[in-house]
Amino acid sequence: MTATLRHIRYVLAENPVTGVAFGGFLLILLLALFGPLLAPYDPLASDTAAALQPPSWAHWFGTDHLGRDILSRVMVATRLDVQISLSAVALSFACGSVAGVCAGWFGGPVERILSRLVDTIMAFPLFVLAMGVVAALGNTVGNIVVATAIINFPFYVRMARAETNARREAGFIEAARLGGNGDARILGFHLFPNILPPMMVQVSLNMGYAILNAAGLSFIGLGVRPPTPEWGIMVAEGASYIVSGEWWVALFPGTVLMLAVFCFNLLGDGLRDIIDPRRRT
Amino acid sequence: MPRTLRLILRRLLSALPSVAAVVVVTFVLTRALPGDPAAYFAGPAATPQAVEEVRKRLGLDRTLPEQFLAYLGELARGEMGTSLTTGQPVREDILARLPASLELTLAALLLAVAVAIPLGVAAATRPGSWIDHMARVVSTAGVSLPVFFTGLLLVYVFYYLLGWAPAPMGRLDLFASTPPTVTGFLLIDSLLAGEGATFRAAAAQLVLPALTLGLFSVAPLARMTRASMLGVLSSDFVRTARASGLSRSTVLVTYALRNALLPVVTTLGMVFSFLLGANVLVEKVFSWPGIGSYAIEALVASDYAPVQGFILTMAVMYVGLNLLVDVLYGIIDPRVRIEA
Repeated sequence: MTATLRHIRYVLAENPVTGVAFGGFLLILLLALFGPLLAPYDPLASDTAAALQPPSWAHWFGTDHLGRDILSRVMVATRLDVQISLSAVALSFACGSVAGVCAGWFGGPVERILSRLVDTIMAFPLFVLAMGVVAALGNTVGNIVVATAIINFPFYVRMARAETNARREAGFIEAARLGGNGDARILGFHLFPNILPPMMVQVSLNMGYAILNAAGLSFIGLGVRPPTPEWGIMVAEGASYIVSGEWWVALFPGTVLMLAVFCFNLLGDGLRDIIDPRRRT
Repeated sequence: MPRTLRLILRRLLSALPSVAAVVVVTFVLTRALPGDPAAYFAGPAATPQAVEEVRKRLGLDRTLPEQFLAYLGELARGEMGTSLTTGQPVREDILARLPASLELTLAALLLAVAVAIPLGVAAATRPGSWIDHMARVVSTAGVSLPVFFTGLLLVYVFYYLLGWAPAPMGRLDLFASTPPTVTGFLLIDSLLAGEGATFRAAAAQLVLPALTLGLFSVAPLARMTRASMLGVLSSDFVRTARASGLSRSTVLVTYALRNALLPVVTTLGMVFSFLLGANVLVEKVFSWPGIGSYAIEALVASDYAPVQGFILTMAVMYVGLNLLVDVLYGIIDPRVRIEA
């Protein structure tokens, strides 16, 4: 344990950016949990007298075309964006790792069917497939989650399959089998915990992608409905004011979105350094 | 040469399952659509009998396998239904708008390759230098950028603040005359017609959207070039080439880069997936009249035939591009040719 801690400290000292990413991650979590309590204004309260005001002491991020406080909207939106991407990633992680572990372990027809399925998903440009899934299932937030989970599914299957394959003949698996464990028990209690670290790296990298994808879908008018604060839709609302110079409407939600994604990506890179020093870039 | 031809044929055959999968999925998505298309086509005032009649006419009363065969037949004839918003056959709408999307995507791809490969090579030849750090920051930041947001930022800076770029409104401003359509690519058509002013206008409109899309795809390409160059530069044959006294540029380009490009070509497949998806968002930001903005308009109006046509076109295009990459790979790498 002390060796792991020393290694983590070494990685953090070597790459202070990872520390910053952890800080940003905590901040996002705090905003997601307490954003609605911390927000200075009601995110839905409009005040047409104070529409399209540039940033000031009263409204740090300015106000939008209905006079709503952009800072409050950005803070409240954090929860929805994190909810969408977290549930999408959790869904694809759960389905993808079970499928991948089974494919890698049993091989044969299970593997063939699953890899056909994965290849079919990957035959589409992923964002376009997500658009199609939302169009087919109906334009709701829940279906944004499903669509995002579907396009992330292949990455987990492939990774879990490769990691399982590499450990199938490992000593600890043989030992577990000799100890009289069945397939389900070996997979669930011996193999899965072992492939969890690399999978977690993938989860962190995927979180950023999932947020981007969800924001992109709501930017083109899918899923989240207008009065609800959400980063992608706020950028879309601000888009028409960019050409007339009201930059703050789109800039702040867009920057926060970008920072959140950046943070998750750096965190994923940092986690990879901690877990697997050989794969450093 | 016949060997290369055989290779290409084999790749074509190997792409068939992907195309089949794409068609099946698109069919399933069509049938999973919410609402009853027969009721939709019959109109709100239709009697139940009229709805039944429309259902029969559309073939929706038949079993799913029969419907699938009918769908295949329509596709084989190039039919993709009729758009309710434009009133035109979807095929014609998409064909009319496809060149705009292709022109944008190809321009972005060229731009990305032109920036990413030199950047990756420079970063790999001088690891730890400022250019290496810059490449790393660019490639991490690049994948984090929401492409619709960078587009808006570029519009704000180059159109509103500096006034260098034209308004982000489509492919040509209102005052420029459209050249006669030959290829559908405005840049090529205007050159063919010898209209310099139109060419300049079209190029000016294209710069910002292509830059936005390109920035997005520089990251994975530069990262891959750097990693694969680093691997090749430390290999024995490069050391031998250096020890034989070959010039630095010969070693770098002829020996190292040519070998390092192979994994980069493979990443192109992933980059295409990003590019085609991001294309939709960029088209919306710049009011670009391509198939992406066509699909968005249709989605918002719950007009599903164009959406299906769009997904199918995009997927087929993606399969085709991947096929092209495979063939290219075979041509660059003689080992693949010999195995085939």
